[in-house]
Amino acid sequence: MSPTSTSPPRRFIALGLEGSANKLGVGLIAHFSDNSPAQILSNLRDTFISPPGEGFLPKDTAKHHRAWIVPLIKRTLKESGVKVKDIDVICYTKGPGMGAPLQSVAVVARTLSKLWDKPIVGVNHCVGHIEMGREITGAQNPVVLYVSGGNTQVIAYAEQKYRIFGEALDIAVGNCLDRFARTLNIPNDPAPGYNIEQLAKSGKVLLELPYTVKGMDCSFSGILAYIDQLATQLAPSSDADSTTKSKQERKPLLDPATNNPITPADLCFSLQETVFGMLVEITERAMAHVGSSQVLIVGGVGCNERLQEMMGEMARERGGSVYATDERFCIDNGIMIAHAGLLAWRTGFETKFEDTTCTQRFRTDEVHVAWRD
Amino acid sequence: MGDTTTIPAPFTITPAVQIPTPKTLIKQGAEAIVYRTTYLLPTIPSLLKYRPPKAYRHPILDARLTKHRCLSEARLLIRARSLGIPVPAVYFVDESRGEIYMECIEGDSVRDVLDDMLMQEGGEGKVDALMVKMGEAVGKLHAADIVHGDLTTSNVMVRRKVRKGLLCAAQEEVVEHVEDEGVVLIDFGLGSMSTAEEDKAVDLYVLERAFASTHPKAEKLFKDVLEAYQRSYKKSKPVMRRLQGVRMRGRKRTMIG
Repeated sequence: MSPTSTSPPRRFIALGLEGSANKLGVGLIAHFSDNSPAQILSNLRDTFISPPGEGFLPKDTAKHHRAWIVPLIKRTLKESGVKVKDIDVICYTKGPGMGAPLQSVAVVARTLSKLWDKPIVGVNHCVGHIEMGREITGAQNPVVLYVSGGNTQVIAYAEQKYRIFGEALDIAVGNCLDRFARTLNIPNDPAPGYNIEQLAKSGKVLLELPYTVKGMDCSFSGILAYIDQLATQLAPSSDADSTTKSKQERKPLLDPATNNPITPADLCFSLQETVFGMLVEITERAMAHVGSSQVLIVGGVGCNERLQEMMGEMARERGGSVYATDERFCIDNGIMIAHAGLLAWRTGFETKFEDTTCTQRFRTDEVHVAWRD
Repeated sequence: MGDTTTIPAPFTITPAVQIPTPKTLIKQGAEAIVYRTTYLLPTIPSLLKYRPPKAYRHPILDARLTKHRCLSEARLLIRARSLGIPVPAVYFVDESRGEIYMECIEGDSVRDVLDDMLMQEGGEGKVDALMVKMGEAVGKLHAADIVHGDLTTSNVMVRRKVRKGLLCAAQEEVVEHVEDEGVVLIDFGLGSMSTAEEDKAVDLYVLERAFASTHPKAEKLFKDVLEAYQRSYKKSKPVMRRLQGVRMRGRKRTMIG
């Protein structure tokens, strides 16, 4: 042993609890005082999946989280071999998200904090995504596209804040995709967006949909209403029953070029090409604005390989590159909450117990980012 | 060969200038590239705004957007000009290639000019006059229900030279240096027709922020702009009220859910 390595770096461990939507995530992360890369000790997730054609309701989702959070935490501790006494801080999602699921997780975080006598840190969900993406990909100062079922934001860092340059003015892009999956009765397992992505691969015809970009902002509700309407005009599938047939008295939707009937796959393809085109465009505008050539995609929709491909193409043209992660870190997870919470805690931040509430509205740019220059 | 020499050429052309005129890059934005070039004759300067195809986009979608945006920008410029709002004249639009040829404004942006002016002897009076002109131009624009969409001090030019006949071939006689500088609103790439107070208020807010971020005396300057704005736009009351709201929350609305 060389003399310099006599004192090993101090290890900090955080437990992260996430449950702002239908994913319940529990994770354990370790940071080191010498700032070597973070170590993921455990990353477990359990997803509440609703039947095809239905979304997840807050009360059912909260029930799911309440039922599974204790077993999940027990498994996390067991699998990672981390002792309760080794945990430095408990981190939970303070917001934004759905009220009831957020609350059910916050209650557990508060209970553990008292039970184990640990400090507690409330984390902004969006900041969790951004910090996790930066840690995993090593992107230094990227423009961030955060796209999920609840959020659509183009973000760049400046002066201790993640500033929102552009965002969805109505529903989130993931919400648009999820709801269209319901229209088509596509299964929600493993995720509606994933199934749309697979179906879109066999789509060929690009239908004209509204394209609603306004500067660096965009809107998706009009597109959804429009394509929902198109879906009612599809030719009835062979197994359709008589009741749907009677509704289909109008001529089915045809491709004007070939006269072939338009398929659900064509609709998925058109929807993806349009909404992702919009996302890449607003991201490019933000990149030009701040003069950055790196782009990081985070959030559940960020797993979509077509989106990653389009973003890569745009970044290449600008002489830059795209950073993305896989489903372990893109989709909501406990690790990202643990990671962002631990970053804040190490700068001396702690949420006072009386403030350990949660909130459905919590903007990304409200967080003071003390851990960056 | 022998026969052709007997027919004299009707006139001879000595190319004094290079044809075609080389394009000089002026600005590369996210969506469009702006070049300085000429239009019709090598002596007529022109600005070319080119929207290149985006490889990431489906080609059908890309063609549709390029065409739509070219036409919409040209339409806004023409509409504004016909109402006497100072904007560049449109010479030619080729929407299938994504090209707009327009008048080349000789001058500098307000952003570049302002600090120099304030340093000059007696520059304050000039600046005051400039602010009034800006306010009037924006007021007229909003009165015509045109929203700029990206109203920064970089997108307002101060004109230094005027060509009397825009498309006159002879250069020397038509260029006039102007003492009394006029302003010209440029880059309507994010513009739209809108009657919404919100959109107009956001235009003003973006301009206010542009002043605040680049000029130390911003507050006073912007106050002058707003005064002139209200004078030239009779129905500006609701917009001013809305501006208060926009200032409170920033350009972005508060996030729901």
